[in-house]
Amino acid sequence: MSHAANIVISILFDGLAYAMFLFITSVGLSVTMGLMNFVNLAHGAFAMVGGYIVVSLTRSLGIDFVPALVIAAVLVGFISVPFERLLYRHLYKATDLEQVLLTIGLAFMAIATFTYFYGPIPKSVPLPHWLEGDINLGFRAFPSYRAFLIIVGAVLVTVLWYAFERTNIGARIRAAVDNRRMAESVGINVDRLFTLTFAVGSGLAALGGGFAIQLFGLTPYFAVLYLVLFLIVVATGGLGSLKGTLLAALVIGIIDTGGKYMFPQAGNFFVYLITVVVLLIKPAGFYGRE
Amino acid sequence: MTAALEVKDLNRSFGALRVTRDVDLSLEKGARHALIGPNGAGKTTLVNLITGVLKPSSGSVLLNGDDITGWSQAERARRGLARTFQINQLFRGLTVLENLCMTIGERDGNCNNMWRSAGAKRAVIDEALDRLEALRLVDDALKLVRELPYGRQRLVEIAMALAQKPRVLLLDEPAAGVPSSETHLILDVVAALDPDIAVLIIEHDMDVVFRFAREISVLVQGAVFTKGTPDEIRRNEKVREVYLGQEHHHG
Amino acid sequence: MAASESMTRSVAGEAARSRAAEFLLRRHYLRWPEALPWLIAVGCFFVFPDRMTFGSQLLIMIMFALSLDLILGYAGIVTLGHAAFFGLGAYTVALASIKLGWTEPISGVFFGGAVAGLVGIVVGWFILRYRGLTLLMLTIAFAAMLQEGGNIRSDFTGGYDGLPGLTFDPLLGHFQYDLYGHTNYWYALAALAVVFFVVRRIVYSPFGQALTGIRENVRRMHSIGSPVHRRLVTVYAISAAIAGMAGALFTQTNAYVTLTVFDFDASAKVMVILILGGTGRLYGAFLGAAVYMIFEDKLSKMSPTFWQFGIGLLLVLAVMFARRGLLGVGDTIRRKLAGRRAP
Repeated sequence: MSHAANIVISILFDGLAYAMFLFITSVGLSVTMGLMNFVNLAHGAFAMVGGYIVVSLTRSLGIDFVPALVIAAVLVGFISVPFERLLYRHLYKATDLEQVLLTIGLAFMAIATFTYFYGPIPKSVPLPHWLEGDINLGFRAFPSYRAFLIIVGAVLVTVLWYAFERTNIGARIRAAVDNRRMAESVGINVDRLFTLTFAVGSGLAALGGGFAIQLFGLTPYFAVLYLVLFLIVVATGGLGSLKGTLLAALVIGIIDTGGKYMFPQAGNFFVYLITVVVLLIKPAGFYGRE
Repeated sequence: MTAALEVKDLNRSFGALRVTRDVDLSLEKGARHALIGPNGAGKTTLVNLITGVLKPSSGSVLLNGDDITGWSQAERARRGLARTFQINQLFRGLTVLENLCMTIGERDGNCNNMWRSAGAKRAVIDEALDRLEALRLVDDALKLVRELPYGRQRLVEIAMALAQKPRVLLLDEPAAGVPSSETHLILDVVAALDPDIAVLIIEHDMDVVFRFAREISVLVQGAVFTKGTPDEIRRNEKVREVYLGQEHHHG
Repeated sequence: MAASESMTRSVAGEAARSRAAEFLLRRHYLRWPEALPWLIAVGCFFVFPDRMTFGSQLLIMIMFALSLDLILGYAGIVTLGHAAFFGLGAYTVALASIKLGWTEPISGVFFGGAVAGLVGIVVGWFILRYRGLTLLMLTIAFAAMLQEGGNIRSDFTGGYDGLPGLTFDPLLGHFQYDLYGHTNYWYALAALAVVFFVVRRIVYSPFGQALTGIRENVRRMHSIGSPVHRRLVTVYAISAAIAGMAGALFTQTNAYVTLTVFDFDASAKVMVILILGGTGRLYGAFLGAAVYMIFEDKLSKMSPTFWQFGIGLLLVLAVMFARRGLLGVGDTIRRKLAGRRAP
């Protein structure tokens, strides 16, 4: 295999894994923002919390990595419900700025709390042996962990797409995102719908956080560090759009990986450049409503 | 004689939905024109197209003979096109006087001034107070708009449109939301408007329409169903059909 | 009977008229409580002569927060990337001193402000067509691009290690810098006074009034003929220039600058400071910066974790109970006291 082709495949593979991480973590944010017009900057904190739950479950309770991921996702999904019911609900009518400030405040509190209990040093998790090492596909070997992430991501994309496009609930969510008032007047209980999507979205964020441990390392600061990235995916993809989030995640994941391979000193420059270009041309994102 | 406002073949679609169809409208100087039609007919959409809030899919809008179809809202306003909104759009956190001073300041370019204090141009304040006096709002001058009863807020809305010294004035249901005890305030103002201004009024109350209008256009599903003098409209069977259940006739 | 009635009415009407006019005419007059912050600032020099380096940084932060108040508090533009302009001013001065030998401080500050302001015009012209999340992301992205771009050319900018050891001429050719930061303090205070004077004039001018109109009801502003976009770009450029001047002062008083001036954290911090003090009040910048930085100085050294938790909690409480910041809380207290005093 030629050297250049090898690099391209590496970039595509790593980029795809990164994109899957971005998608899983950001899709909840996109749908909740599109549905409720609520700027939730604490979303990154949910991902961070999910990561730490996985850490504790695997290291202190000896649970395997994959079951731990599932438990963490479900747990965070449940925990998010009282947040939404007791706190966020009061701010749906508030200004953007107020929502930004409140949720950033929550994120700070979460970071501080977890720094207190877990310390600032990055944590790692013990992986099952089948996730360490490589899968050999004949022409090339691929790291198993990332391959697993890609597969999980693909499965989730399919499941979510099916739920969105083919189920009753999905139709109701799409209707409410499109025109909330009309949906309510047709009898759709948007409030309950929102609690459901918020819980699922937060659970998915926790799942993403769990995957991130091995990819980027987990510190409490993860909550804000990657928040900007999630916001970029959501903004460039278009609020409330599954397609948009996926497309944005792919674009950003692959271009950022490629950029870092070829110009390591550029850091996140290309991500921000894409953001500016996309938003100037399509201010509502790829599939957002104007 | 150039019409003060002219709308030619105006069309607007949202995707597959045509909300405005081939609308023709003409207002001469000093016109008193009422736009009526059932709910959802597209009356406010038409006003939004005329003022520039929406861009038409096709057709043109002319102000005093100038084609303003591509102009921004602000440009049209500066050329003498003023409107009131169906729901008050005021500066609720500011005083009534400030609301008017803002309008006058933007009109004569005072608001470009960054250095002298807002109070320094005495002429602006005086004119604002004169206008408030004409509408008997002077006592409320220093009250915050949100503290006023809705009817008086509506008067402020009209005062602001008049403060733009418009040549064409579009009133979108000026009495909407005003308690019946206060509607006469609004209607008196409308009746006393400067005879040189071309006025288009959207209204549901037929009494008001027949009292005020010299010409009436009936809008149904985005198209001009018919137009004519009040007498002609009153006698038109088809108009009554279209309005089935939505009339406000009295005797 | 009718004549005297109408006479009384016109006298009462006249009274209402002149009262209303006087209110607007007098509104921009200086009131005595406005002298307080300046007296306190001067007083601090004599009471805390050994904290003057901290003092200069506090004054610079106030200037930065003031620039944000212009666009956030008065025009209603939500930005999380204002550090971009602070950083531009900071680096202009640093690079000018190294590459151009431009070490005269006062003109340096104006130069830094001018560069930031010009960039503000260009950037503002593009991004101020948008609002909400789109605008927020564009502001974040712009500041981040400057930071990453600076890192790519770290040969030029010194990267995250920065440009240390900068030197500047004595102020007005006469006042030398001393180890205790005394000269810097008076320098920063004088600069802040000048900037504040200008900002105050703008805010009370018809232009400032128009900004409030844009914030309160932009739909109405369009329909009365206000050139909204032009107004926003203008105020954004002015705000950028002032942020740039604050950045320039930062470089001069620290004799050092690094790419951390562009941090997202820095943009978030100045916003928190302004919200804490109260937006749209000018003096909110003073109060917020003072309270925040003094507490940060004391508490974050004891425990950065508790400090962070405290800030987070403060933000949550502020949004839920004190949306108008500390000045707003002060207003409410004052109103309650006045209410109690009335018979």
